[in-house]
Amino acid sequence: MIVIGERINGMFKVVGQAIQDRDKAVIKDLALKQLAEGADKLDINVGTATADPAAGMAWLVETVREATDVCLSIDNPNLGTVKAGLEACTGAKMINSTTGSEEALDTFFPLAKQHNASIIALCIDEKGVPVSVDGRCEIALRIVAKAMEHDITTDDLYIDPIVLPVKASQAGPGVVLECIKQFSVLADPAPHIIVGLSNLSQGAVDRKLINRAFLTMAIGVGLDAAILDPLDTELMDAMIAAEMLMNRAIYSDSFLKAYRQR
Amino acid sequence: MALEDPKEKWSSAVATVRIGATAAEGGTRSREIVLGGETTLPFLHFEGATPNRPVVAMEVLDSLPRDWPEALLKPFGDVVGDPAAWAAKCVKEYAAEAICLRLEGTHPDSGDKSPDEAAKAVKAVLEAVDVPLIIWGCDVDDKDNMVLPACSQAAAGEKCLLGTAKEDNYRTLTAACLADKHALIAESPLDINIAKQVNILVSEAGFPLDRVVMFPTTGGLGYGIEYAYSIQERGRLAALTGDKMMSPPVVCQVGQEAWRAKEAKATAEESPRWGPPDKRGPAWEAMTAITLLQAGADLLIMRHPSAVAWVRKVADQLTQTS
Repeated sequence: MIVIGERINGMFKVVGQAIQDRDKAVIKDLALKQLAEGADKLDINVGTATADPAAGMAWLVETVREATDVCLSIDNPNLGTVKAGLEACTGAKMINSTTGSEEALDTFFPLAKQHNASIIALCIDEKGVPVSVDGRCEIALRIVAKAMEHDITTDDLYIDPIVLPVKASQAGPGVVLECIKQFSVLADPAPHIIVGLSNLSQGAVDRKLINRAFLTMAIGVGLDAAILDPLDTELMDAMIAAEMLMNRAIYSDSFLKAYRQR
Repeated sequence: MALEDPKEKWSSAVATVRIGATAAEGGTRSREIVLGGETTLPFLHFEGATPNRPVVAMEVLDSLPRDWPEALLKPFGDVVGDPAAWAAKCVKEYAAEAICLRLEGTHPDSGDKSPDEAAKAVKAVLEAVDVPLIIWGCDVDDKDNMVLPACSQAAAGEKCLLGTAKEDNYRTLTAACLADKHALIAESPLDINIAKQVNILVSEAGFPLDRVVMFPTTGGLGYGIEYAYSIQERGRLAALTGDKMMSPPVVCQVGQEAWRAKEAKATAEESPRWGPPDKRGPAWEAMTAITLLQAGADLLIMRHPSAVAWVRKVADQLTQTS
């Protein structure tokens, strides 16, 4: 599994405050804590904490880069803010995200290529998120075709079938699981398949349990990347166990510890 | 249209382990041996690198061998039983790249030599030859825990390879190798899960993984080699796909397993139709070794000089890129 740590997000109170105060220590600490718990990459989301999101994004990226050289996921829907993040980011980076509309793909894929960044593409277009598996597969297919056209390898492409809050749509998680199965045969080698996990339990109770259960189910059908909270130890333990159960990692009596020692 | 090679893309590599300290590092070895470093499955040069040819070490005992057949004893003549002279013969006459000193004489049922005697044998071999040294205990945990620390100390600074550390007996040897700056063999009983666990345990004890060589236990040709093969292959796949705990290179006990087989050791009188034992035995040993090379072995411990020469030649050919 490729774990992208979600905690550096201006929507969290502590992070928002740190962005406003330009308090580097808080951000760096959060970066290193997530890596120690098994994150492979870090999501950087400036949120709504600052009046100048582009400057806030650049500051966040530079600050995290002082602490680690892992891949940073530049998370913002606004093109200008994404560009500011990419320009500030030395080393490995990814764009989070583009929608699956033709226009967006033709804008963001060249940007990814220009910055040598990998990219997350969402199964949503100008008409919204399709309810059906077929509708999402249609967008995913467009994403894969466009990626080929723009010379983005499947290894740099992360397709997100879009996880919606289960409280709003209880059929949604099942649709996502079916999408994951189908996306893995869209191309050979297959693109990465990613979800933003926490959205699943928005507004629900027992959020961690819901996230944990779904993550193991999704791993079982081929999910290979997720944006999640690596500081949720039970979630990470469940993920590591699921990977082991799928024979993607060799069991050992210390398998939980071994994963985190990588 | 030309067909493209179907290449796998591996994300990581086998760890590189160096054995033997030269004068530059404060030791007295004339050269070091380098194990591992592969970035692909064995010898797939079109896909990745095999930067270091697998090494063949020759086995020398600290006592008279109990169960070696005549065909195996003959090439060594009267040096058998004298580890220093035996090692010197292996290096001078048979061009051994490394020596594995097997402390069989310390076994409680087979001489019960003291830690002090074992340490003396280690020193004598180090003086007699200038190739890197592997020191292997008698596989009785309590005795090894007394003998191996003494040998480790006697060889301090020579960057030897000592074994073996096991899941339920690793602390003493790990501490000794850490203190005296040797490399360590981590043993598991043909069990991939335990192989990983031992590596985790020794690394948790503060031992650096780039000084660990895995011994997943070797099965002889005709006697379970397929189990050894598939375990080594699974381990190598894990190493190449990023499992750091499975990244150490692999050592195989080829001579010991091959010469256990009746096909190798039967005399001409016992099996007249099987051909002369001084050809049949080495062939059995060489075939065992070559099979294990294909499974990803990085260090082979062997006995018969003809088999050693044969396997070195095959390893050369397999490692050459053109």
